[in-house]
Order: sequence, then C-alpha cells, then structure tokens
Amino acid sequence: MSHTMNPTTITSRGGDPGRPFMTLRGLHKQYGRGAAILEDLSMDVGAGDFISLIGPSGCGKSTLLKLVAGLVSPTSGCIEVEGMTPANARELMSFIFQEATLLPWRTVLRNVELGLELERSLDRGRRRAKAEELLRLVGLGDVATHYPRELSGGMRMRVSIARALATRPRLLLMDEPFGALDEMTRDRLNEELLRLRAEHGWTALFVTHSVAEAVFLSTRVVVLRAKPGRVHREIKVPFAFPRKASLRSDPAFLALVGEVSGALRELHGPGDGGTAA
Amino acid sequence: MKRIVVQSCWPLGVLVLVVLGWHGATVMFDIPPYILPGPGRVVAAGIERHANLLLAVRTSATAALSGFLLAAFLGVMAAVVLAQSPLIRRCLVPYTILLQTVPVVAIAPLILMWFGSGLRSVVIVVAIICLFPIIANTTQGLVSVDRNLLDLFRMSNASRLQVLVRLRLPHALPSLFTGLRISSGLSVIGAFTGEWFASSNTVGQGGLGYSIIYANSQLQTDYLFALVLACAALGSTFFFAVVGCEWLLLHHWHESALKAEGD
Repeated sequence: MSHTMNPTTITSRGGDPGRPFMTLRGLHKQYGRGAAILEDLSMDVGAGDFISLIGPSGCGKSTLLKLVAGLVSPTSGCIEVEGMTPANARELMSFIFQEATLLPWRTVLRNVELGLELERSLDRGRRRAKAEELLRLVGLGDVATHYPRELSGGMRMRVSIARALATRPRLLLMDEPFGALDEMTRDRLNEELLRLRAEHGWTALFVTHSVAEAVFLSTRVVVLRAKPGRVHREIKVPFAFPRKASLRSDPAFLALVGEVSGALRELHGPGDGGTAA
Repeated sequence: MKRIVVQSCWPLGVLVLVVLGWHGATVMFDIPPYILPGPGRVVAAGIERHANLLLAVRTSATAALSGFLLAAFLGVMAAVVLAQSPLIRRCLVPYTILLQTVPVVAIAPLILMWFGSGLRSVVIVVAIICLFPIIANTTQGLVSVDRNLLDLFRMSNASRLQVLVRLRLPHALPSLFTGLRISSGLSVIGAFTGEWFASSNTVGQGGLGYSIIYANSQLQTDYLFALVLACAALGSTFFFAVVGCEWLLLHHWHESALKAEGD
C-alpha cells in the first residue's frame, strides 16, 4: 500500500471562507466529579492561523490540545477539524510535546521516520529520503546517525519538530515545545518555526507561558482564564509575515506584548492562587 | 581495553591477598586438610580429578543455561501479558510473588516426582528460581513508558502490536537485563539445588550439586573446595556474559551502559 496522503493540501492558505478549518463549540471537560477544567469554550480557527493559547496554570491549555488531538474526549461540546471528529482527523495532525519525546534507542534519522513508519504510507527508501530532507530542513543533516542523548536540548527539539512535520500535517498541536529551553535557543527556534510554516503552511495551536513568544509567532493570541478554563480575551496580532527577529524590538510589538500581559494580569485577581486542578 | 586490564588489577590483587592469607593460615595453625585444605591442595585436587570436575561443570552449566533461557522466554511472555492491563496485573501479580516466596527446596522433590530424575527436572528448578526477577523487572519496564510517547503512538493510530514492538519492548530492555543479571547468578544456584535432589541416583553423571554432596560424604574436602570454586566461577561467567550482552545491545543509547563505560 503506497498511497501518498493529501498531496494537494498545502496550497490553500486562506481556506474555504464559508467554513473554518477547525471549530470548537461549547467544549466542556471535567474528570469524574472533579471541578470543570474547561467550560463552554468555543473558538473558530481558520486555515493557516497560528493560535497561541496562554493563561495561568489550571486554565486547561494542555487539556484543550489533547481534546483536539482526540487523546481525551470532551464531557460535552464538539470539535470539528475539516468536518471530521478529532479521532478521524488524526492523520491531519501532529503533536509536539514539551519534551522532545524521542525514542532513545533510535538514531535521529530513525526517530524522524517514526511517524511515517507507523502510518505505513511510504516504502522504506522513500521514508528515509523524506526523513533526511526534513532533517536538513531543521539544520540537522549532519547528525542523522547520532543518538538523542548526544544532542543538546535545542537540537532534540528540532528533531521532534522534524518528526512532526514528516507526516505532512495540516494542523500542528504544540504543548509548550520550547518551555524547557534557554531564551536564545527559544528565540532562534521561534524564527525557524515561522520559516517552516512559510514553507509548509500548516495551521497551529500553540500552548506557551511566554507572552513575547506568543505574540511573535501568532496570528491570534487567546488568553484563557482558569477554574474553569474559558476564553478570557482574543487578541489579533496584525504583523505581516515573514516576521524577522528585529520585530521583537519594534514598539508596536512591545505594545502588543504589553496588552497581552495586561490581559493576563486581569486574571490574577483574588480568586487565583488555589490548588491546581 | 587497557582500562579494563588496569581496573581488573584491583580485584585480582585482593584475590592474591586472600589466597596468601588462606595458605598462611593453614600452615600457621596446622589445620588438618579434611577441615580446611590449603589452596595448593585444592588446585591439585582439581587438576588430578579434572575429568570429573569438567563433567560436573558441563552438566551443571547445561542445566543452568537451559533453565535460564527457558525462564527468560517464559518471563518475557508473562511480562507482556501482565503489561496488557492493570486488571490483569492486580489478578496475577500476587501469584508471581509466590514464585519468589515458595522455597524451591520444598518443591524440588515434587518436581522430581513429576518429571523424573535427571536434566529435565533440574532445568525446571532453575527456571522456577530465575523466573521472578525477570517477570518483575520486565513488567516494570513495559509499564513505565512515558505517557507522551504513548500519546505520540496513539496520534499515529499505532496498533497494539506496534506499540509493543516499537515502544514497550525496547523501552523495557534495560529492565529486562537487570532481571537477567540477577537470574544469571541464581541459575547456577538453581542447578545446584536441583541436582541436589534430582540427579543423586545417577552416580558419576551428576553435576556440581551432586558432586559436592558426594565429596562431602567422602570427606574429600580439597575436591569439595575445587567444586565450590568451579560453581562460583560458573556463576560469574554467566553473570559477565549477560553484562556483555547488555553492553552490546544498550551502550549506544542507554544511560546506565553509558555510565559503566565512563566510570
């Protein structure tokens, strides 16, 4: 079986204007009889959008990603990705975790191949070629035969990104992928992520704790409030792509960072500071 | 390689000291050889009866190795079954602990009765002794896979078999080797114990266990010492063979193998 999946998907950046790429409607999630983690959360995501989710701990950011990935089911409400349920739309998605989550017994190259291997969509040779191409794309062409333990944290995360992109996803779900990295590495990877996005044009849901990172990457920043998690504010980021590193010192950029920080501060009212759900 | 030679100087030095002290004690306190023979007599007894000694070693090694491999196979199978669900573990783990707590000495006569005296019974005793560390460690390794990695496989719609073969088993390999290392030493003890019961009536064909009882009954203390040393040497050989395999398979990627290399 060697049918290549969705070869035509990357072209439409704007998408079908009548129907958003992804819709979340009235999402509600609670585990057992515990407190609600998400309550009545609705959102539309257009094709090519880069949405950052930011908010205090316990606002259900990570849960939201897992719901979209179909790894967790909502208590009520519905999610549609291109008109499909999350479980059926898995082939359109890739997940990037907070840690690189590589298989330590596999070389870098074989790690990047993993997704293709599990999908069984390509034969061995083409799988390898594809993985090599992606490693070059993230600047790791010459460490293909190394094992993950021989790489730095930033390089491991690049491998993780290459693995996620290998299956040609149309939706990238990222759960604080750069949270554990130092700021310089993080900034550089942010720029690379935008470059890769310009080449492949996926849609992204990106969880982060860093306001500057959220503003730099996104077309829209969604500030969530906690206990229960729901949308507090949505802030559009108007800066055109491609964005350069110099954008970070632009007054308009800094003003927007200030606005998002302000929205976050509104949430740190007297109600905050309880135990995390 | 040079490093290995230099490092083995230390334990070898200890060996020389012990042998010298042993020799000195037998001479100085004039201990009769049937109570404590000197190292010279032990070596002489070993050389003189090397045909019997080697036969005993070979018999025990065959039983220990067969039982060990049987236990490795059964242990991994059992661990794979146990790893399938918490419910299965809750139901069956207490019984795997039985394997560890029932004294083999007590059930060895039973096994002898069921399977007859000879190699087969000894292999079964070895397998019973070796089984628990392998099951316990491998199950732990199979179950303790990172949640995110499981989610990653789920996102790719991986089958249960793919998760087992590509994720759980390789992840459990270091734990499996921990179990195998423990069991490698136990396997010789198991063979010894099994032979104690199972092969006592096949005179001349017995392994180390049988030969030691026989030497003891004849007050051939020097030969008994030679047999005990052979037993220890056999156990160590098994142990280091397992460590060698472990290094070969894991040193590319696993932290513990990495440390052993760097120390």
